Amino acid sequence: MQKAVALEMKKVSKYFGELAANRDVDLTVYKGEILAVLGENGCGKTTLMNMIAGIYFPDAGQILVDGHEVVIRSPKDAFRHKIGMIHQHFKLVDLFTAAENVVLGIKGEGAYRKKEIGRRVQELADRYGFHLDPQKKIYEMSVSEKQTVEIIKVLYRGADILILDEPTAVLTPQETEKLFAVLRRMRDDGKSILIITHKLHEVLSVSDRVAVLRKGEHIATVETATTSAEELTEMMVGKKVELNIARPEPKNIRDRLEIRGLSMTNAEGIKVLDDVSFTARSGEILGIAGIAGSGQKELLEAIAGLHHLQEGGITYYNPKKDKPITFYHKTFERVMELANEGMLRYADGRDFTGKDGNGKALSKKTIRAQVEAGEVFFKEDEVINLREKTPLQIRELGVRLSFVPEDRLGMGLVGNMDLVDNMMLRSYRRGHSLFVDRKKPRDLAEKIIHDLEVATPNSHTPVRRLSGGNVQKVLVGREISASPTVLMAAYPVRGLDINSSYTIYNLLTEQKESGVAVIFVGEDLDVLVELCDRILVVCGGRVTGVVDGRHTTKEEIGVLMTAHGQAPDTETKEEVEKHA
Amino acid sequence: MHNVEKKAREPLFHVAKRDRIPLWQSLLIRVVAVLFALLLCTLLAYVLIGPKATPGKFLTQLFEGSFGTERRLWIFGRDTAMLLCLALALTPAFRMRFWNLGADGQALVGALASVYCMFFLGGKLPNGILLLLSLCASILAGAVWALLPAIFKALWGTNESLFTLMMNYIATNLVIFSITKWFYPGKDSMKEMAHGHLPQVYNQHLLVILIVLVLTALMYLYLYRTKHGYEIAVVGESENTARYIGIHVGKVTLRTLILSGAICGLMGFLQVSAFDHSVTAQTIGGLGFTAIMVSWLAKFNPLIMIGTAALISFLDLGGEQISTAFNVNSAIPSIVIGIILFFIIGCEFFINYKIKFRTAPKTKGGAAK
Repeated sequence: MQKAVALEMKKVSKYFGELAANRDVDLTVYKGEILAVLGENGCGKTTLMNMIAGIYFPDAGQILVDGHEVVIRSPKDAFRHKIGMIHQHFKLVDLFTAAENVVLGIKGEGAYRKKEIGRRVQELADRYGFHLDPQKKIYEMSVSEKQTVEIIKVLYRGADILILDEPTAVLTPQETEKLFAVLRRMRDDGKSILIITHKLHEVLSVSDRVAVLRKGEHIATVETATTSAEELTEMMVGKKVELNIARPEPKNIRDRLEIRGLSMTNAEGIKVLDDVSFTARSGEILGIAGIAGSGQKELLEAIAGLHHLQEGGITYYNPKKDKPITFYHKTFERVMELANEGMLRYADGRDFTGKDGNGKALSKKTIRAQVEAGEVFFKEDEVINLREKTPLQIRELGVRLSFVPEDRLGMGLVGNMDLVDNMMLRSYRRGHSLFVDRKKPRDLAEKIIHDLEVATPNSHTPVRRLSGGNVQKVLVGREISASPTVLMAAYPVRGLDINSSYTIYNLLTEQKESGVAVIFVGEDLDVLVELCDRILVVCGGRVTGVVDGRHTTKEEIGVLMTAHGQAPDTETKEEVEKHA
Repeated sequence: MHNVEKKAREPLFHVAKRDRIPLWQSLLIRVVAVLFALLLCTLLAYVLIGPKATPGKFLTQLFEGSFGTERRLWIFGRDTAMLLCLALALTPAFRMRFWNLGADGQALVGALASVYCMFFLGGKLPNGILLLLSLCASILAGAVWALLPAIFKALWGTNESLFTLMMNYIATNLVIFSITKWFYPGKDSMKEMAHGHLPQVYNQHLLVILIVLVLTALMYLYLYRTKHGYEIAVVGESENTARYIGIHVGKVTLRTLILSGAICGLMGFLQVSAFDHSVTAQTIGGLGFTAIMVSWLAKFNPLIMIGTAALISFLDLGGEQISTAFNVNSAIPSIVIGIILFFIIGCEFFINYKIKFRTAPKTKGGAAK
């Protein structure tokens, strides 16, 4: 390389407690290049970049900018050395315009001359090919516009080294392409770009070189042109990995969950779901694609009974025809309700109405005995209305609905509780005893640790001490252990390493094969297209299309993801494609 | 620009969070903190009180306060028990992250309810029935006093700290009103009542101490072994999780606060029937606030609370003893108590964090090239 060195890290280490987030990392960044920093979640990519950007202070090692050793103690120091970072979570003031946000925090002359600032912001945007109106307020902007403001904010402060933390996580394929074009232009202008990512195809398409980190250590830096996805994966994981997802043909498809015209506003009065309708079928994986925050989370939570709905219906088809009714899934009251509706029969075909041959009501004891002996059967599949039911009521109705929420430690699990207590969350109510029974949950915890290979010292470790992948295995394991008929999973592989991700994909596929209706909200379109049988695309709380997972493409889904407010007709589709 | 760059150097130290600390290490830190605190206290006492307060004498007096005579030992036991009782009352609410700052008021209305029963029915009913009636009245009064803020919190999300705090003042004034209006019209204090005394076992203290110890064990079981206790823990850790698994957060809040208030009411009953036989605005005397600290220091574990309650009582009595023995005003004991608590609470920082000092001094400039 004849290029000049912009930044150099020498034997940089950072420890959190006993854990080494980075150990003896050497990294060189040249002027006028795009360097991808690649690694699995938790390998220390972000920590490393945070040390350059002044968020963390290294425990050991040196950082050199333009050949001089520097000490970066704060983001301000970083800017002094012309380093700027664009974080995953935007730090913008919603009520300010783009230009106001850009100059926010800059002291000195001219910081308040609006016109001048607007002009300079526009100039920067034009120079690198951003589309941005400096006078637009942040709250009116799309995610990709907000990101643009963040980038310009850093450029305005004169940064020559730009660090982007997972910039494509919130973008559609089309927006990603635009961003990459801008990044290439900045590179050609002599800037150094560091881009943190764990998506291989992006690394291959945009970077000049790739630095691979694994478990906090720098494995190698290679030229992008001379490497391949397989080689990079092997470096990331430390061993060869099969990157294929099995997708068996669905069998015994039956409607299981029918959503009709669902609408909902959130606490702030914003409409987050707008007339959503779809059907989830048993033996199928239904994917839900969309830009983050398009209503996916609310949709699943609404089905799980966590929200109050404005409109719409949720109907559950319980495949119970000719099967005996049990108290395991039904309460006594529900059994009587079904009896009164004429839904139940005896083995010989007589109606079960809770009365004997002479029309006299049977005693509670007799009914219990009959049900427990398995003498009472469903006549037809049970149709249950889930609208306006609480999670507890849903369970009492005997609906085996499992839900892996997006917020694992904030909703699905309790971080400070150990594995055993987390196993009980779903089942602790069983029985009439005042006391909790920890024996069964302990057995379940041990079983999940064994079956899913959860790395934990023992079953009495608080789950927050586990790594992201293991936390997710515990949660998914618990939800599957309830032998669900509907399994909903929101971003179940977010933050997981490659091996754990494939474990989860396989678990979902297994569930599908055993006849469960699986609903999978994902963000990686490559995975959605490989894993799902059908994909429902949402945009701004509306369904913009349902596509066949076997015959669709990423691009088709990408178009639907941004088809704001309208059904996808051919005209808009072409228009968007022309732009891209 | 380059000038600034040259001046910048690694900070002298920075703070890093500890991952986990072995039990012996955390105990060691605590012991060292207490020793430091005592050392500082003796030095300070020497300076403030004068040469008669030698470290040896000072420490002896501190211990004399609780262990000097058999009578003092019983008083130490009683004070610990009463404080522990209020701390136990607060604990279920605290584990649910419901900051009940109204233990004082809840115990006071409990005491007041007992006094009402004893004052108006004393002598007309057999003592046993009178006591039972007083007990029920106290528990009910305490529960209602805690339930009011809980209802508002559960239904409208009001701030429970402010609400419970305000209820204390209402309770205080209710007591003053009751005394001047009903018990001794026109006066602001009342005489001891002849009826409704709790039977004595050995002496007036032992029965109360035993009752509180049984309550401690029950509370431990309730919090760690029952479904209710489990629900309290889940609601406290994450309301979202609670909703996700179908726990009715409002219901758990109300139920738990009824329990919390009821135990406060019980404490008020014990105070009146075993010791005071009367009520004043100072009957609880801020113990409800001290109990907050007892509960927190024990990390909401009822068994550890026995220790923390004893520690606080020990410091209180020791402080009093110092002020009598050296004939100084109560400011100095307060300083001593303050210092010791400061060290005990402050050492938590060193248990949770460690401080890393700058290692080797660095050579400046691009020396590595």
